[in-house]
Amino acid sequence: MAAKTPASLRTAWAEAADRIRAASSTEPGRLRIIGAALVTLILAFGAVTAWQIAERSSAAQSVTSSSEPLSVDAAEIYRSLADANTTEAGGFLAGGVEPSAVRRRYQNDINTAAQLIAEAAANSQGSSAGQNQMQLLGNQLPVYNGLVETARADNRQGLPLGGAYLRYANEQMSGTLLPAAQKLYQLQTGRLRQDYSSAESLPWGTWALGALVLGALVWAQRRTYRRTHRVFNPGMLAGTVAVGVLLLWLVVAHTVAREDLADSWDHGAKSMQVLNQARIDSLQARGNENLTLVARGTDTSYEDSYQQEMATLDGPRSGTAPGGLLAQALSLADDSAGRSPVQAAVDDVVQWRSRHDVANRADTAGDYDTAVADVIGGTDTSGMRVTAASGQSFDSVDSSLQRAITHEGIEFQQASGDGRKALTGLSVGAAVLALLGAAGSVLGIGRRLSEYR
Amino acid sequence: MNGQSVQGREPMSRTGANGAGRSGRSSLRGWGGVSAMVAVCLLALAAVVVPLLCGSVPDEVGRGALLQTGSGLAHARQAAADDSCTNPAASLRPSDATGPAVQRIKNRGYLIVGVDQNSYLWGYRDPGSGQIIGFDIDLVRAIASNILNTSTPKIVFKTVPTNQRIPAIQSHEVDMVVRTMTINCDRIKQVAFSTAYFEAGQQLLVPRIGTTITGFDDSLTGKRVCTAAGSTGEVQLQREPHGSRIVLAANQLDCLVLLQLGQVDAVLTDNALAAGQAAQDPQVHLIGEPLTHEPYGVAMNLADTDLVRRVNMVLQQYTKGGVNSQWMQAYNKWLAHNLPGVSGPPTPLYKD
Repeated sequence: MAAKTPASLRTAWAEAADRIRAASSTEPGRLRIIGAALVTLILAFGAVTAWQIAERSSAAQSVTSSSEPLSVDAAEIYRSLADANTTEAGGFLAGGVEPSAVRRRYQNDINTAAQLIAEAAANSQGSSAGQNQMQLLGNQLPVYNGLVETARADNRQGLPLGGAYLRYANEQMSGTLLPAAQKLYQLQTGRLRQDYSSAESLPWGTWALGALVLGALVWAQRRTYRRTHRVFNPGMLAGTVAVGVLLLWLVVAHTVAREDLADSWDHGAKSMQVLNQARIDSLQARGNENLTLVARGTDTSYEDSYQQEMATLDGPRSGTAPGGLLAQALSLADDSAGRSPVQAAVDDVVQWRSRHDVANRADTAGDYDTAVADVIGGTDTSGMRVTAASGQSFDSVDSSLQRAITHEGIEFQQASGDGRKALTGLSVGAAVLALLGAAGSVLGIGRRLSEYR
Repeated sequence: MNGQSVQGREPMSRTGANGAGRSGRSSLRGWGGVSAMVAVCLLALAAVVVPLLCGSVPDEVGRGALLQTGSGLAHARQAAADDSCTNPAASLRPSDATGPAVQRIKNRGYLIVGVDQNSYLWGYRDPGSGQIIGFDIDLVRAIASNILNTSTPKIVFKTVPTNQRIPAIQSHEVDMVVRTMTINCDRIKQVAFSTAYFEAGQQLLVPRIGTTITGFDDSLTGKRVCTAAGSTGEVQLQREPHGSRIVLAANQLDCLVLLQLGQVDAVLTDNALAAGQAAQDPQVHLIGEPLTHEPYGVAMNLADTDLVRRVNMVLQQYTKGGVNSQWMQAYNKWLAHNLPGVSGPPTPLYKD
């Protein structure tokens, strides 16, 4: 048996070839071959179009429904962790017992982060690198929270050890948790970027196949015209129109979709990434501003970190404002509604920096109480109520950036939704038009064949 | 906080020679070790500091003697490096004369003092009241009362980082630094010190329960010992690791965090500061004897000789009266509970 199969296969091939050779010697035979080839090409074109567009459409779908929300979640994990850390450091400045608003905000941040980490771990089909980061975050968050609780307990008893615990917790946060959250965010935005490029990649193969089908149809009609001197074969003409419409639809719809998606990337996703980074950077700067006073003159490392983060946020002090991430966000914002909250954040940062200097001067002059009041508000050494605390400037920066992120999020949703809609129906349309085209060709060839009976 | 760890592998019998010789570790064996020891003995003899040293080769040195050998050698090296510095704690004789520095403070109306806000019991900000309090701060108040001649003197406390203490004094940014500052030969070239107001020493802090460490000896083998980077403790541990692994932290209080979290087995620091740590955690205590003798002094600008004499006069009054002295009251209030066994202040020494 095994030895016979190749032989019989060869025979089958040979027989088919003989039959085709025999058929091609007569006109009806040749017409049958042409008809079969046209139908095959048209159906293939329809199938490839449907398949390639379905792929791009699902990539565009996953941009809006999966990878973008996941990247927003990752940004939120990152932000709430940084916010928790900053909030707690501010609470320590308030004295032995932190205000209840501080405690609530810290608890909300921790809850949000824990919930989002659990969700991300549950619905992520992603890479092992992403899984590793989520596992690390899931393991380390309770450890961090424990350190903060110990710091609180010690601080309540009036022990400087509380401050040491808070500094240690801060180190865990900025050395382990935040880098993991940042990596997770980068992985998610990388996946978003990947979804974008698969949705935007040009369907070259489909275009080439479409052109080939059109060419074949024109050639077949020209051949019929030469032999019959009839200008139109209605069946084949209808088939040509169907294929032409499909090709046009394909090119126009995908080009429009690409434009919309590119727009949503440039003016939505990219802006949001820069703004998220700016927001987290400002949170860390604020955390270090608080810790400078919590550390109570141990060293200058927190002040140095603050200056560095502010430079990343808004450019170097001496440079023309704005610089850094905020300048980048300004140039990415494409309309005044997007620019105005970023511009507000820029102004607030300038104010924040000058208020920080006031607080810093009070601190170096040995006026600790005034320095604390300059940073978190309250009354200074002389009993005056401080109305221009750097904390207020920071809060304005944070809410301006939040507004900018919300605006860019809406822009993103619109543009990427438009992009996805541009491809709507194309897959189904491709199938229908291809069937129509094939039917027309069959009818046209059939009409010619009937003349030989 | 993840300071670099140093693996100590030297058996105890060689560490003395090793620390003293300061040359290649593994080469100091057998006769090499003995001859290095002899060379160092001669150096020490020449400096006439620790006659006790000689007459023993490392293998015969008892544990206690070895410790003294270590610190004795340190003194020997210092003395050899600077002949004039045999007793850094000797200060200027007290006087209540008002010179330019004292006048400057009187004219200003308040005293500017560099302090620490993180040394529990010595100088720290009470999170409840927001006030800076402690043993050092009581002394500051006594000095300020005397100079400004009022029982409620105005004082500006500036928190100075450890590495900024000397620059702040030299630039007159502060009138004085009262911040558990050890008087030593290097520092007396840069700033002037009062007479010693406390004598501290490096000592081990360990958990009360569940530790096998018995003192600064071979029971440290394989243990992780935390000390502040750049502190005397680090020097001490590098000289005699006793098989321990050194873990460095940015500041001594960070070591207590690591000890509580079980990331280190013991802390080596000033017993004065360690007492502050023990006061914050009743589950740890000091063990063994102090390894070094570190007198604390009030640091001032070298040019402010009248201020130095004035502070020494305040100290004389502050320490006078035996068990009823202000010094003893402050000691009983802040330190006695966690640093028992101190009968009184160190005897003041003068160089003029």
